[in-house]
Amino acid sequence: MAYDKFDVLTSTAYPLPTENVDTDQIIPARFLKAIERKDFDINFFRDWRFNQDGTPKAEFPLNKEIYAGSKILVGGRNFGSGSSREHAAWSVYDFGLRCVISSEFADIFKNNCLNVGVLPVQVSALFADTLFAAIMADPKTEIKVDLPNQKVTLVATGESESFVINTYKKHNMLNGFDDIDYLKNIENEITDFAKTRPF
Amino acid sequence: MANTLFDKVWDSHVVRQINDGPDVFFIDRHFIHEVTSPVAFLGLESRGNSVVYPARTFATADHNTPTINQHLPVADPLSANQLDALENNAAKHGISHWGLGDENNGIVHVVGPENGITLPGATIVCGDSHTSTHGAFGAIAFGIGTSEVEMVLSTQCIMQPKPKKMRINVNGKLGLGVTSKDVALYIIAKQTTSGATGYFVEYAGDVFEDMSMEGRMTVCNLSIEMGARGGMIAPDSKTYEYLKGRSQTPKGADWDKAMKYWDTLYTEEGAAFDEEFNYEASDIDPMITYGTNPGMGMGITKSIPTAESIEGGVATYRKSLGYMSFNEGDAMIGKEIDFVFLGSCTNGRIEDFRAFCSIVEGRQKADNVTAWLVPGSHKVVDQINAEGLDKIITDAGFVLREPGCSACLAMNDDKIPSGKLSVSTSNRNFEGRQGPGSRTLLASPLVAAASAVEGVVTDPRTILNANA
Repeated sequence: MAYDKFDVLTSTAYPLPTENVDTDQIIPARFLKAIERKDFDINFFRDWRFNQDGTPKAEFPLNKEIYAGSKILVGGRNFGSGSSREHAAWSVYDFGLRCVISSEFADIFKNNCLNVGVLPVQVSALFADTLFAAIMADPKTEIKVDLPNQKVTLVATGESESFVINTYKKHNMLNGFDDIDYLKNIENEITDFAKTRPF
Repeated sequence: MANTLFDKVWDSHVVRQINDGPDVFFIDRHFIHEVTSPVAFLGLESRGNSVVYPARTFATADHNTPTINQHLPVADPLSANQLDALENNAAKHGISHWGLGDENNGIVHVVGPENGITLPGATIVCGDSHTSTHGAFGAIAFGIGTSEVEMVLSTQCIMQPKPKKMRINVNGKLGLGVTSKDVALYIIAKQTTSGATGYFVEYAGDVFEDMSMEGRMTVCNLSIEMGARGGMIAPDSKTYEYLKGRSQTPKGADWDKAMKYWDTLYTEEGAAFDEEFNYEASDIDPMITYGTNPGMGMGITKSIPTAESIEGGVATYRKSLGYMSFNEGDAMIGKEIDFVFLGSCTNGRIEDFRAFCSIVEGRQKADNVTAWLVPGSHKVVDQINAEGLDKIITDAGFVLREPGCSACLAMNDDKIPSGKLSVSTSNRNFEGRQGPGSRTLLASPLVAAASAVEGVVTDPRTILNANA
């Protein structure tokens, strides 16, 4: 599914310092029954956002008015562990987020994010702590994520750190391309390769 | 230069290397199920693409299926809709489909090996993180997202950066009551839930050589629970014995030719790994988890560690214990339980039912325990019946259900109620994994069986010693 291009994003951020946030929290399994991509924004972090009677949990950062409309989520270490469900990355995007910053991402979640237009930005543990502290001190703290220059900056203080993304994925993200465009373009090469496989 | 098993299999599947980008990686075998494939087919069709190699994709219904009355129409309309979508998509694109009631139906990671679809040296993917299971056969197997499912359907390739390499050696002999599940939970507790992120693991040493294929599948299955993309074990005579004659394995001269290739699939002396760890079998006890990720595990006789004694954040640790309603320093043995779940792609194979029966035979399920025994496939059911395990199960007050993923992820009606404590042979103890508010203790089939008959968390060695 196509996604919007990503260039430079400046936004406030939701802080979620809990570590090891798994994809069952991001989108619980009972909401995976759809055969199309819909309602994933509503069920994003369902059981952390809402009580079992459907009322919102006021203390959960995603429910706090002060952060509303943020395009960035700053998550604790090992964000997105567990299941390979791409629904987790869809729910991040469909909730209105374009970037997740963490000191460590689970592999499959990170791949899924890149495939659906969410930029996973891995920073040092120290810089993650700096970001959390800045947001705690001022919830309106703005963070600038500059993909062309691979740099994440705290706007108020200018503190920054560079991040890694491979050239191929960066090009895709800047242009809103996906891998299928690339693969279909080298179809003959794949067909020849397939003939060499023993089984 | 000396090569690793992983390098040999990976490198032979690279169609093209992209400079400062991922490898274009060819996929030999692709499993699909009802939950992570429908949107991939929508994408495929909206782009006007077709399935390029339908014979390389295999569909089975498992995640969202009922485990009772499978002969009746599926009651939940959303689940029924998803199962229909899988069947229709498979039919439309010429993909084999093992739906509910099919003799080959079952959990994708159980039926793949059972039918000889899983082969050494193959690359295998599925929209499911426990695809790592198939690494037990010396395959490179890992979970993918739905975008990648669409890539495989429409091109038979995905784009993957090559992971780093880790080897985990476990040597010595396992003690009484210590199973492959305990070995895996021990390794994960040592590595933590993210310790192997970015790596592909090879398991080596006496313990894995001595292990059955079922045991190796349990270990490889759980690789993802320490963050690894997958895990694998070099094929040997046990691998070949398991595979020979299965419905989809090569036959005759093709088998001999395949064997010649498979015999080259091992890590050469002196090959380099980015990380290597050594553990001793004698240090491993029956394991149990106490928190909300699989890395929060310990020997069953131990007490829950204090927040100060663990690595990682204290706030996250206390949140986890708070969810479980446990305290630092609590003993696990003797905690009253409500549910027992035997099954899943981790422990839903014949060996797991044999282990469970070795404990419950001649005993009775405790009155306070609700037990769900869910075989991994119809073939497992047939074998349970053929070996007379069904009678042992029934005599001990248990009921055998029909195959599926069931309470491992609780997409169907098999949900542990809020607040209830479950001893589960599955793979994840995340918050709400087995149903909103459910609390999960991961353990082996032996621990599950011992706890089911005692009604409290029980060290299976007390029963095994009494049996001896």
